Amino acid sequence: MRLIPYGDAALLVDLDGLDAVLGLSAALENQLPDGVVDVVPAARTVLLRFDRSRTTAAQVASAVRRLTAAPVEQFGAGQVEIPVVYDGADLAEVGRLTGLGVDGVVEAHAGATWTVAFCGFMPGFGYLVGGDPRLRVPRRADPRTRVPAGSVALADRYTGVYPRPAPGGWQLIGRTERPTWDLDADPPALLRPGVRVRFVPMSTRTP
Amino acid sequence: MTTLHVLEPGLLTTVQDLGRPGRAALGVGRSGAADRFALRLANRLVGNPEDAAALEITGGGVRLRASGAALAALTGAACSVSVRDGGRSVPAVLNAPFSLPGGAELTIGPAGAGLRAYLALRGGIDVPPVLGSRSTDTLSGLGPAPARAGDALKLGTPRTPFHPVDLAPVGPPPTGDLPLRVVPGPRASWLQADGLDVLTSAPYVVRSDSDRVGMRLDGPILRWARAAELPSEGLVPGALQVTPSGTAVLFLADHPVTGGYPVLAVVLEDDVDRAAQARPGQRLLFRAVQAPNL
Repeated sequence: MRLIPYGDAALLVDLDGLDAVLGLSAALENQLPDGVVDVVPAARTVLLRFDRSRTTAAQVASAVRRLTAAPVEQFGAGQVEIPVVYDGADLAEVGRLTGLGVDGVVEAHAGATWTVAFCGFMPGFGYLVGGDPRLRVPRRADPRTRVPAGSVALADRYTGVYPRPAPGGWQLIGRTERPTWDLDADPPALLRPGVRVRFVPMSTRTP
Repeated sequence: MTTLHVLEPGLLTTVQDLGRPGRAALGVGRSGAADRFALRLANRLVGNPEDAAALEITGGGVRLRASGAALAALTGAACSVSVRDGGRSVPAVLNAPFSLPGGAELTIGPAGAGLRAYLALRGGIDVPPVLGSRSTDTLSGLGPAPARAGDALKLGTPRTPFHPVDLAPVGPPPTGDLPLRVVPGPRASWLQADGLDVLTSAPYVVRSDSDRVGMRLDGPILRWARAAELPSEGLVPGALQVTPSGTAVLFLADHPVTGGYPVLAVVLEDDVDRAAQARPGQRLLFRAVQAPNL
């Protein structure tokens, strides 16, 4: 763990990888240092923004050093099931890229328990990790200008669900009707850091 | 209840308060006023809590009509202000409270210095909050849409006492070169060794395609030291990111929650407010200062 100053109102915790990020995020959720106003977990780092009228960089740094990274299982974020119709526009291509074929991709994606590592890109967009390593695929060379809400997609080592329509370069393998972003809910995001996720294949329905 | 009718919205007028902190882990940025000092001052002048919602007016050129009497203050960018009531037009002073009689028309002229003016009204602007804030986040689309002609904005009920103030001793934003203090950023080592020297040795000019997300800057090219891809990591307002082509982007209020390019330097929090008042074409002079000790 390495602490790096980030301006005069934030510091960046540089970690070895996602497991360490999840561990520190869980520890921070249990015990947020005084004066910290925002926590931003990412792939290898956790950014802490603080209120300069309430604390200092040195005080936040020493609080972080005192935190023992909690085991990921203690993250009280819960588990959700997401029903998926696997009929995405890139499903055949992902089957070819991975060598798994369409059925193999569905089996691998639905067969693992994923964990939300962090959010980013847009409100409620979670980056899920911990799935089948054979599903690692590159982003599309030609990003789409509009990916529909509910699209279930793969890129790099992650899977994710588009909470709202957005431009995007991820490989689309399916879609869900379960909303992942609801402004009237608290918290508004279904897929927040630490949540464990299982994807459940649904049969294709024709209207 | 007093309502503010938008007659002319200007280039970009949005409702802003101090934003929605604490939700970055869900991918929700803080947003809020680009010049937080100016917003707080405007609110104090009309006896509002500092975090009440006000109008952020980009570049001026706005006309509004109040349905009933209201107390107002304009801070930030230096704009001419006049109140037209029953055929008589009276100028108002910046950084001081002034009265808007019922039915009066408020005209805010083009900004002569600075870029963003803040119009606070006693009681605050009472649009429905989204995730705890009334701010428009232009990147994520959270919060109310930017003001359009014909919009009616309700004012809230004052909840805090008003202590009359004549005038806040605040000068207009500078029109010349703008010095900004920076500390080395978390990924300065991803740039060539002299990256910070290059940044602080010559002026960087604010480009016209700058917005609330960030300011795009023209100046000496900043070269990456390595070609590897940086995993995305958290951003703050004031983070100065360098794109693969070597150009600098200085993030403001509506910055993305995370970014994947190295952050060479970070502007001190107080100076981010000043940066948010820089106009296209204005020159920024970055000055390195010591980073806080950890």
